[in-house]
Amino acid sequence: MGFSVQNVSFKHANGANALKSISFEVKSGECIAIIGASGSGKTTLLNLLATSLKPTTGLIEHDGFNPWLVSKKALKKLRSIIGTVHQSPPIPSQQRVVTAILAGRLGKWPLWKSVVSLIYPMDTLGPYTCLERLQLADRLFDRCDSLSGGQLQRVGVARVLYQAPQLILADEPVSAMDPVLSDLVIRELVDESTSRNATLIASLHAVDIALRWFPRIIGIKNGEIAFDLSAVHVTENMLKELYASETGSLPTQS
Amino acid sequence: MARYLASSGRSQFSDPRASFRLTLIIVSLLVLWPMLKLTQFEPWLLFNFENLEVIGNFLIQFFPPNHDEGFLWIVAGATIETLAIATAGVALAILIAVPLGLIISHSLSISRIGPGSDYLFSRLIRFSARFLMLVLRGIPEIVWALLLVRVFGLGPTAGVLAIAITYSGMLSKVYSEILESGNTLPSRALLVSGSGRIAAFLYGLLPSTAQELASYTIYRWECAIRASVVTGFVGAGGLGQLMDQSMKMLNGGEVSTILMVFFLLVLLADHLSLLIRKQLT
Repeated sequence: MGFSVQNVSFKHANGANALKSISFEVKSGECIAIIGASGSGKTTLLNLLATSLKPTTGLIEHDGFNPWLVSKKALKKLRSIIGTVHQSPPIPSQQRVVTAILAGRLGKWPLWKSVVSLIYPMDTLGPYTCLERLQLADRLFDRCDSLSGGQLQRVGVARVLYQAPQLILADEPVSAMDPVLSDLVIRELVDESTSRNATLIASLHAVDIALRWFPRIIGIKNGEIAFDLSAVHVTENMLKELYASETGSLPTQS
Repeated sequence: MARYLASSGRSQFSDPRASFRLTLIIVSLLVLWPMLKLTQFEPWLLFNFENLEVIGNFLIQFFPPNHDEGFLWIVAGATIETLAIATAGVALAILIAVPLGLIISHSLSISRIGPGSDYLFSRLIRFSARFLMLVLRGIPEIVWALLLVRVFGLGPTAGVLAIAITYSGMLSKVYSEILESGNTLPSRALLVSGSGRIAAFLYGLLPSTAQELASYTIYRWECAIRASVVTGFVGAGGLGQLMDQSMKMLNGGEVSTILMVFFLLVLLADHLSLLIRKQLT
């Protein structure tokens, strides 16, 4: 799914300007990393792309149409092909891993299937396959409150893999994982994107992961785009300026 | 900041909300005092000797509790009738309250995200549902019972319907508030992924709110048992009607037997609630 962001600004309810006149275009199947300091507006941008927030000014077009002007049905359909990996997975702690993953397809399933799957999971092979890719297959029937933070994040990623969306938005998907695991998870997300020609936008804190895996990097500072370049053109100086307000060294995972 | 503290000789920061909170406490006390005066709140009168004697004489009438076999069979029959009235009433109330509660709670509103194009329309629907809820629970059940006894005659039907009507309003209000006050991030994430409202409730809100919903429902069932006493006074059957008759005959022994049955029923409801809460963790 391609989309274009045109002069989008977003102002929070408390008056804080999260994004100021952002513009960029993305073609279907691209893999982009968004980097920037904490509070620069990365999560807000991803929420705007997911249609969870509405731009205060400006326009975001998904495949050429404005999601806030279409019918409820079309918006629901659009939302079901957008998958979001949250930094802190919004999964009830009493839920089991298998149910949490099956919830990824609620947008596509009819109601009766959702109700039956809640009581007896109708498809256990699908969730198992997704967990296997993330090396968590042995926890299929455990409760989510028995998992560590990194494991729970992987369940969140597994849910999006199960959903098989056309646009994958990952908000700091590996923030709680060790370097080896975060490599694995990012590789799975990129593989998912290339195999189904799905667009992948990931906001990352660790600069080295971004440069290693993503061909295109967008840097955000104070709600504005600092640079939008292919990874080979990103220099050390640009990165230093991006994180200028933080301590001298750049944030890396390893 | 350290310099400021050192120069002013303070060892603490002053709380910016302190004066507001103090004002709030004083205002509450100022409002409470005339209310106590108005209701002639004088509990120390209870301990006057004459009053204690009167209470004593009144209480003696309740002992011993009546344990005639015939009467106990009647009480058993009435207990089953009361349980049936309460359970049927609450079951009907739940049938109405669950959809109403889901409609009213704004954590399941899709058009609220954004907000979407039909936000105004959905707010109107939510407002009308709220209004319906107010009407249902605004009128006390004894008034409904009086009305329905005229329609359906003496007997349990009037009691069941009176409880069903008022309790559907109460249950839907508390259900919607429980759903709004829980952690709404899971259900919101599901709605943003294109899920329908009911599926988002089942997968996103139900796991974390099931305990509260269940325990409040069982508490309301226990209240329905007590409410059936009140409705029984107007002829709607059960233990209430029995107690009404016993009180009119001034038979304290029978009344205390019935009260003991009540106590046992409340105990039963308590244990049921504990059991179900344990199952739902």
